[in-house]
Amino acid sequence: MTDVKYTIKDFKSENEVRWCAGCGDFAIMNAVQRTMAELGIPKEKFAVISGIGCSSRFPYYMNTFGFHTIHGRATAIASGVKAANPELSVWVMTGDGDAMAIGGNHFIHLIRRNIDINVVLFNNRIYGLTKGQYSPTSDRGFVSKTSPFGTVEDPFVPGQLVVGARGSFYARSIDGNLKLSQSVFKEAEKHKGTSVVEVLQNCVIFNNGIHNAISDPNHRADRQLILEQGKPMLFGAENEKGLVFENGKLKVVKLGENGVTEADILVHDATEVDPTLHMALINMQLPDMPVAMGVIRAVPAPVYDVEMEAQIKAVQQTRKASCVDELLNSGNTWEVTGNGNGTDKKCS
Amino acid sequence: MKETKVIELEEVAIRFSGDSGDGMQLTGTLFSDTTALLGNDISTFPDYPSEIRAPQGTVGGVSGFQVQFGKKQINTPGDNANVLIAMNPAAIKANARFMEPGGTIIYDSDSFTEKNLKKANFTTDDPFKECNLEDFFKIPVPITSLTKEGLKEFGLDNKSVLRSKNMFALGLVCWMFNRPLDYVEEFIRDKFKKKPVVVDSNVKVLHDGYNYGLTMQHMTPSYLVNPANIENGTYRNINGNHATAWGFLAAAEKAGLELFLGSYPITPATDILSALSERKDLGVKTFQAEDEIAGICSAIGASFAGDLAITTTSGPGLALKGEAIGLAVMAELPLVIVNVQRGGPSTGLPTKTEQSDLMQALYGRNGESPVVVLAASTPSDCFYYAYLASKIALERMVPVILLTDGFLGNGSEPWKIPTMAELPSITPRIAKSAEGFQAYKRDEDTLARDWAFPGMPGFEHRIGGLEKNVTGTVSHDPENHQVNCEIREEKVQRVVDLVPDLEICGDEEGGDVLVVSWGGTYGHTASTVREMRLAGKNVSLAHFNYIKPLPKNTKEVFSKFNKIIVCELNLGQFAAYLRDQMPDFKYHQANKVKGLPFTVSELKESITKLLED
Repeated sequence: MTDVKYTIKDFKSENEVRWCAGCGDFAIMNAVQRTMAELGIPKEKFAVISGIGCSSRFPYYMNTFGFHTIHGRATAIASGVKAANPELSVWVMTGDGDAMAIGGNHFIHLIRRNIDINVVLFNNRIYGLTKGQYSPTSDRGFVSKTSPFGTVEDPFVPGQLVVGARGSFYARSIDGNLKLSQSVFKEAEKHKGTSVVEVLQNCVIFNNGIHNAISDPNHRADRQLILEQGKPMLFGAENEKGLVFENGKLKVVKLGENGVTEADILVHDATEVDPTLHMALINMQLPDMPVAMGVIRAVPAPVYDVEMEAQIKAVQQTRKASCVDELLNSGNTWEVTGNGNGTDKKCS
Repeated sequence: MKETKVIELEEVAIRFSGDSGDGMQLTGTLFSDTTALLGNDISTFPDYPSEIRAPQGTVGGVSGFQVQFGKKQINTPGDNANVLIAMNPAAIKANARFMEPGGTIIYDSDSFTEKNLKKANFTTDDPFKECNLEDFFKIPVPITSLTKEGLKEFGLDNKSVLRSKNMFALGLVCWMFNRPLDYVEEFIRDKFKKKPVVVDSNVKVLHDGYNYGLTMQHMTPSYLVNPANIENGTYRNINGNHATAWGFLAAAEKAGLELFLGSYPITPATDILSALSERKDLGVKTFQAEDEIAGICSAIGASFAGDLAITTTSGPGLALKGEAIGLAVMAELPLVIVNVQRGGPSTGLPTKTEQSDLMQALYGRNGESPVVVLAASTPSDCFYYAYLASKIALERMVPVILLTDGFLGNGSEPWKIPTMAELPSITPRIAKSAEGFQAYKRDEDTLARDWAFPGMPGFEHRIGGLEKNVTGTVSHDPENHQVNCEIREEKVQRVVDLVPDLEICGDEEGGDVLVVSWGGTYGHTASTVREMRLAGKNVSLAHFNYIKPLPKNTKEVFSKFNKIIVCELNLGQFAAYLRDQMPDFKYHQANKVKGLPFTVSELKESITKLLED
């Protein structure tokens, strides 16, 4: 594997990319292609699987094996791909409608089983391909073509679902931050088990600016907490702010105020099995708290495809039948001899 | 002591019947296996309620198991039972209509209490009179109290004691039919090897039942059924669901591929999932999915990745899989979908048999979505059709739906074990040269594309549910779509070159009436035609296993007969399909949707009427 050298070009297919000009998907694809080129994995081992939605056109633009499937089912199909051949690097490209609505069941069960698949969840909080209906991640009261008076339902927070389904890996990035996306995609591939990366993505046509409050260059240092393993949870233009855990809640403090020093600030540990703090980080929302970015959770857990192969190998150690002929002749059989040709089962 | 009454029979049908907790399925199975080992041909029919435990003692909770065996070829479990073993009054009520006139009824007289009669909705204290069974030979046996008496030294609790009642009944029936007890004993010793007290108590009760027959022979008839004249070879008993599972194992081994099953448990198909889950020793990957959709989707994923991939279900599950089948049609991936049909619509009659998913299999998807449709016809030939379905899918890059049904899936028969060497070859269309590879480039003869999967360097390509051009690029070109729709249909039609000619059982030159049937009704239509021919009637049979495409000579066969009657367990779906495919003929119909197989007598009645018209 070590002598495989690729550039981003090796991962671009001949197909014309047909997302709207200015769509956040371009940046995400760029980050995925750069990541794949750097992973050192032979190109033929990548399988990119998608469902339905704008983001699900992704496989057509990748010069890898790709399968553009049906609405909501990419996670289920990818499960079969990985189980059939655990040596593959399997990537699911999905959106908030595909994964959280029509494919919600498969999404949580993929995570529960912890199959070694990387899921990139493009969250633009709108249905783009069908031209602007609210999605399961749209805020309560959101006005869209199918909610002209505002929705009367609360959204899913994808990270909550991941952790609730016993997820072993969850990271968050944003389309505009190519560097961050690349780094979390790399971590996702390295992680053994289901890795979910939620990428906050802008739909330039139907939900333009939905993540602006987070991405605004003038404020993003204050509004994003980019987590790094083993590092204190500091943010702000001068890293002057940080998080502490007080009375069972996360709280923003300022270094130097009330005697707070860097030693008081929480240190990020994505590998902590107890999900309490990870859930608290996932739940942080503007305006009172910054939005957590980066790898929030990455804990070791038994991996389905590995366990499946190991079980087959273990059973084969003490197996009763090693081929079908043996199986067919196992158990209760008896010989019929001396009856001649026998009567025919036919009706004549 | 009087001489034992010995009745010699060509064939006999026995029905074991009791509460669903009475262990009647096990009793029936053990008796069938014992009988098959003695060289009789058998056919079995488990008939059980969908509730795991319906209220005890009620008619709704009655579980039955019928087995017919004989010294000749047995194709059906028998229309009616010659001998009924009834563990309670409800079993009498539920089975009265399945009794052969002049038959014998053995019943647990201890259970015929006022309370139990009431539970079974009898209004008098004579259940036999109420069910018009007065003329039958009835043998009351105090099974409950004799079981209790026999086990009093064992110090077992009452519940465990009562659980052994079925072994008493089995012992008694084994005596009546001259069956040795060794096989059953061996089974008990193996199954409960970790619980010696259970082994000892069950063996004791089994012998008590046998000895009871021996002692009471002045009142219990003994039957003699000689071994059948069947083809020489090594045999085993097999039910349809196991045969289906093993057919896929054989196909995977022959094709040199790994086998992947994605499935969600559903009656009556679940046994295929369990049978394959047991076979990790042969490297099978079974994936119990979160729902029917994930069952097929995981299989499609495995197929994309190069496995022999299958999914198994029953009617409602096939409905849920419809969209994904369309994806497999569009992506042109090999896939086998097994539908063990049951009574519908909706949840319908989950534990009962029916053939009412034919139209769903043929047409139940959006768009022009042709697939190959096959149907197995006996429990053991489920093996061959599972094998052939895999061969067609892998060699023609097409989804195949295999229809079986609850009757085949749960029914069993002796099966002459084949060898792998005698099964036809399977050559998957795995792409050979990366140079010039195009996802949808086709073989000129079969129209099948090549199969290249992740991990094969140089073959990177994209497929998916959108319409494509030959390279796999998305195409909205109107001409391209028309051509591709026609090609996908034609590709399925060309499978006909793998389909054997339709056989005429009977008068190959033609005659008065041709009975047409398909799938799981074979045993009943074949028996009917055989018996009618023995009675001198001009009747022949053409039985279909290949539904789409139909055998090449179908029209030729039909044209040789004056009248055609299509017999099926639905309201006329195959007849409607034939009217569409072969419109030159008039199709009479014999239909039944009671959740039960045909009986030979009702088929005879329909056919006789047509002969006389």
